[in-house]
Amino acid sequence: MTMRTIKYYLKSFLFLELVKGLMVTGGYLFKRKITLQYPEQKTPISPRFRGLHAQRRYANGEERCIACKLCEAVCPALAITIDVEERDDGTRRTSKYDIDLFKCIYCGFCEEACPVDAIVETDVFEYHFENRGENIMTKDKLLAVGDKYEESIAANRAADAPYR
Amino acid sequence: MEWLFSLAPDFMVDFWNWLPQWIQVLAENLLYIVLIMVPLMLCVAYVTYAERKIIGYMQVRLGPNRVGPKGWLQPIADAIKLMFKEVIIPTNSNKFLFLFAPILTLGPALAAWAVIPFFEGVQLSNLNAGLLYILALTSMGVYGVIIAGWASNSKYAILGALRSAAQVVAYEIAMGFALVGVLMASGSLNLGDIIARQEGGFMSWFWLPLLPLLAVYFISGVAETNRAPFDVAEGESEIVAGFHVDYSGMAFAVFFLAEYANIILIAALTSLMFFGGWMSPFGSMADHALLGDGTHWFILKTMFFIYMFLWFRATFPRYRYDQIMRLGWKVFIPVTIVWLVVEAVMVVMQVGPWAVDTAASVAGA
Repeated sequence: MTMRTIKYYLKSFLFLELVKGLMVTGGYLFKRKITLQYPEQKTPISPRFRGLHAQRRYANGEERCIACKLCEAVCPALAITIDVEERDDGTRRTSKYDIDLFKCIYCGFCEEACPVDAIVETDVFEYHFENRGENIMTKDKLLAVGDKYEESIAANRAADAPYR
Repeated sequence: MEWLFSLAPDFMVDFWNWLPQWIQVLAENLLYIVLIMVPLMLCVAYVTYAERKIIGYMQVRLGPNRVGPKGWLQPIADAIKLMFKEVIIPTNSNKFLFLFAPILTLGPALAAWAVIPFFEGVQLSNLNAGLLYILALTSMGVYGVIIAGWASNSKYAILGALRSAAQVVAYEIAMGFALVGVLMASGSLNLGDIIARQEGGFMSWFWLPLLPLLAVYFISGVAETNRAPFDVAEGESEIVAGFHVDYSGMAFAVFFLAEYANIILIAALTSLMFFGGWMSPFGSMADHALLGDGTHWFILKTMFFIYMFLWFRATFPRYRYDQIMRLGWKVFIPVTIVWLVVEAVMVVMQVGPWAVDTAASVAGA
């Protein structure tokens, strides 16, 4: 019997490696726990976070969207549907602007493509649908979201502006 | 029972004496059974909580902490949820066996507590063949698993049942041999006597002379209860949940109860047979009420071994099936046989502090 064999048997019969493993988990038992208590605590969110969609307005209350259809064209999931009309004052506007949130993959391309910063993705991620059809974000809903979160939308855009 | 009579009003005592004797015996035993079962079931419920909490802590998580203060009501919530779930019986299953299997798994795990001594003379039945009774009942549990696997009429279930059967057969032998070592050291099959033989504090418990047998017994116990790292019977990555895939609701809960009741049982048996049961580790040195002998020592030791079960589960990856078989047949059985021979030689030669005692007991018997 060589020394190596003796060592091997000694090691296995004294459970050396098993005890080593137990020590590792035993040590972690006393480590500080890193669990986040979600509804009470939240992780910090980047200003680039891509959550629920919104449409913005100019300061005078006029909607930004000019129905250029660039977002519809760039959307990889074909989630955006746009109909165009000429409004009474002669400007080009959308008569329909739907985003299907079931199709949307939250890539943010629509926001990148938009020449007037109309469609944006907010940092709102806690939303849900209770009925069939609520997954379609119509123009009214998008504008309402934009109105509600305009402050944080503007702040996030301003924070990220130096890096664009 | 005498102190109860002194408390009760006369007419109740008269009524008790008027009852035929077999009813008196039955009622008395039923009372004791309830006294053992109710705390045991509560322990089973809270071992599941302890498991989730301890394993969570070892994984740097918090574990359940939402239901009740610090999550203490979690097991209660789990039990209520499972009670109100439907027990789905698969169409092509054997209905009687399907529902009978969980009971057959739980029954032996609870019945074994009949001979466990909680303190000197405090046990349901002072059986002279207590050790044999324990051995018989702990091996009964696997029938429930096999029947569950067969009655479900599902390939995953039958595979889990077969794995479990082969594994339990393999480890049963090593476990039995380890207990033969205890039997040789104590010279008795009576669990009360086995504890009495370990009198004299930490160093005179059986764990020291029977160290290899203790290791074999406890690891076999882990294998016997189908716990990690020996839980191939329900290896979820291979056969979903093994023998209980098709069970839901209360039928599933009973399997769960049985698993944890078995853990508590194996932990209790380890503390009884190798760590002196209710004996104090300080022996005769300490006369203080808490440091002296008492049930609290038995509970503490049992809790320690339950903790070991959970610690193992948090630490070790699951064994491969052929390695389990190799460990059982090629390592544990030879180790136990060798140590039995060593022990026999030590008893005959009267080597070691414990051998004198044993020789005296053998002579006395």
